[in-house]
Amino acid sequence: MMNEQAKPYLEARALVCAYQANAQQIILHDVDMALYPGELVGLIGPNGAGKTTLLRALARLLPPKSGQVLLDGRDIWRLSVRQMARRVGRVPQSAYAAWPYAIEHVVRMGRYPHRGWLAPHNQRDLSAVEEALDRMVLKPLRSRPFNTLSGGEQQRVLIARALAQEPKVLLLDEPIANLDINHQLQVLTLVRDLVREQRLAAVLAIHDLELAARFCDRLILLNQGHIWAAGLPAEVLQVDHLRNVFGVKAQLYRDPLGQWALSVELVTDIERLES
Amino acid sequence: MMARYVWTIRPLFLLSALLAAVIFVSLGLGAATISPAEVWAVLNPQIPTTPATRTIVLDFRLARALLVSLVGAGLGGAGAAFQGLFRNPLADPFIIGASAGAALGATLVITSGWTATRFGVGPVPLAAFVGALLAVGLAYGLSEVSGQLRTLALLLAGTALSAMFSAAVSLLMVLNDRDFVNVFFWLLGGFSGRSWDDLWLALPYIAIGLLGLTLLSRPLDVLAFGDEAAQGLGVAVPQVRLLVVLCAALATAAAVASSGIIGFVGLIAPHIARLLWGPIHARLVPTSALLGALLLVLADTAARTLAAPIELPIGVLTALLGAPFFLYLLRTRRELF
Repeated sequence: MMNEQAKPYLEARALVCAYQANAQQIILHDVDMALYPGELVGLIGPNGAGKTTLLRALARLLPPKSGQVLLDGRDIWRLSVRQMARRVGRVPQSAYAAWPYAIEHVVRMGRYPHRGWLAPHNQRDLSAVEEALDRMVLKPLRSRPFNTLSGGEQQRVLIARALAQEPKVLLLDEPIANLDINHQLQVLTLVRDLVREQRLAAVLAIHDLELAARFCDRLILLNQGHIWAAGLPAEVLQVDHLRNVFGVKAQLYRDPLGQWALSVELVTDIERLES
Repeated sequence: MMARYVWTIRPLFLLSALLAAVIFVSLGLGAATISPAEVWAVLNPQIPTTPATRTIVLDFRLARALLVSLVGAGLGGAGAAFQGLFRNPLADPFIIGASAGAALGATLVITSGWTATRFGVGPVPLAAFVGALLAVGLAYGLSEVSGQLRTLALLLAGTALSAMFSAAVSLLMVLNDRDFVNVFFWLLGGFSGRSWDDLWLALPYIAIGLLGLTLLSRPLDVLAFGDEAAQGLGVAVPQVRLLVVLCAALATAAAVASSGIIGFVGLIAPHIARLLWGPIHARLVPTSALLGALLLVLADTAARTLAAPIELPIGVLTALLGAPFFLYLLRTRRELF
C-alpha cells in the first residue's frame, strides 16, 4: 500500500521523548516514521514499549525532547492547537463525558476547530456531522446520552467525532481494547474502509497481533522505546521478532479462508535459558 | 438555522417572564403590604401615587429585588461555569476559595473598625471583593507549575486556602468579641438596606462575568471530555481555563461583596437547569443565571416576609431549603452524579 510518490502527511524525525516529570528518563529513542495517505499503520509492542507516548507526541500533546513531528512538512509545534485539530483527529481508548451530552452534540464538538467559540454552525458543519453519524451507523442513536452507550457504540461516537473534524490524519490509541470480538471487528472494518475511501493517513495502537496483521497495511513494532521492526505485517511479525520482543513462540500463517492468523505459545523458562 | 436559535432562546424567555412576575409580586410584599394595582401605578409614570409608596416600591423593594436577581444570576452562572470547568457536579461558585477570601476581607475591615466610604459604598463590600479575587488568584497561582495548570490542583489549593482563611476569620472573631455579631451576620449573608448604589456597583462585574462565561460556552462543552480530548479538538485549554476562572471569580466576588455568602444557589441552579434544558453550556449558563435569580428572589421575599418584622438571614434560608433539595436530586437523579 505504501505509495512511493505520495508525500507523507505526518512524519516523525529522530523523535526523542522523555517523561514530563523526569526529563532524564527517555521513553522514545530516535523514532523515525512516516504516514502516507490511504494507509492504516498498526503500532504494536508490549506494555510500556512507548506506543501511547508516540501517539501523544504525534498528537502534539507531548513536546519532544529532541527531533520533530512534521505535518505536511511543518513542525506541529509551530501550529496552533486549532490548526492542528483541523488536520489531525484523535480517538482515545475510552472516554467519559462529565455531562449527559447527546451523541449528535458529541459529534458536533468535532466542528470546534473549524468554528471556534462563537461562529454559528453552517451547512458544511451540519453535513459533516450528519456524514460522520451516518458513516459510523449512529443515526438511530443520535439523541442518546453518550455515557449510556455500550463500549462499542461509544468508540464509534469517538471515531465519528474525529471524522467530523474532517482530518487528514487519524490517531487511534487502542480503540478496540475494551470491546468484544464482534465490536472489535466492526470498529476495525469501519476504520479500514474509511482510511481507504477518504485517503486518510491513520495510525492505530493495537494489542491484538492477529487483528493487526489482518487490518493494517503496515506495522511498526516498538520495543523499549525503539522501533524494533517496521514494514508489511508478514515482515514484522516474524518468529524471532515475536520471540525477542514479546517472549512468545508465535507463527503467522494463512488460515483456510486466506486470512492472517497467529498461533501463540509462551516461551518457557527452560527454552529461554537455552537460547 | 432560525429553529436552532429559538431552541436556545425559548427557555430564556420563559425564565425572564417568570422572574419579572415574581419580582412584581415581591414588590407588594413586606412590612407594608402594597396592592398589585398600587405597585403597577408606581411603575407606570403616567399614574400618580404617593411619594411614600413610590419610595417603598422603587427605592427599597425594586432596587433590592434587582440586586437580589443580579446576585442570584451571578452565582447561578458562575456555578454552571465552575461545574463545567471542573467537570464536577459538586462545584459551586465558592469552590476555589472566593467565599473564604471575601469573608476574611470583610472580617478584617469590620474588626479594624475602618468606615471610610468609597464609590458610594462602605469598605466591607470592597474588602470582600478584593479578598475574593485575591483568594482565587492565590489558588490559581499556587496550582500553576511552569505554565501548566492542573484542574485538580486548583480545586485542592482552593480547598486548603478556604480552610486557612476560615480559620483566620474564626480567630479574628474570637479576638475581637465586640464585633462578633457584626461579622457573624455578614457571614450569614443578606440584602437588608441595599439600595441602587449597591446595584450599580455590582452590575458591571456580574454583567461582564456572565457575558464572558456565555461566550465561553462552546469550549466549556468540549472540556466535558477532559483537558486532553479538548486540546485534541482544538481548545486552547490553559487560556480558556484562565478566562473561565476570571469571569466566574469576578461574578462571584461581586455577588459576595454585595450580600455576603449565600450558599447552595450556585450549586442547585445549574442542576435544575441541566435537568430541564440539557447540558449544552450556551443554554446552561444563561438558564442557570436566570434560575439563580429566580430562586434567590423567592428566597429573599421569604426572608423578608416569613417572620416579619424580623428579617431572616437569606443564607440560612437558601441552605435550609437548598440542601434537602440537593440531597433529593442526589437520591433520585443518580445519573447526574
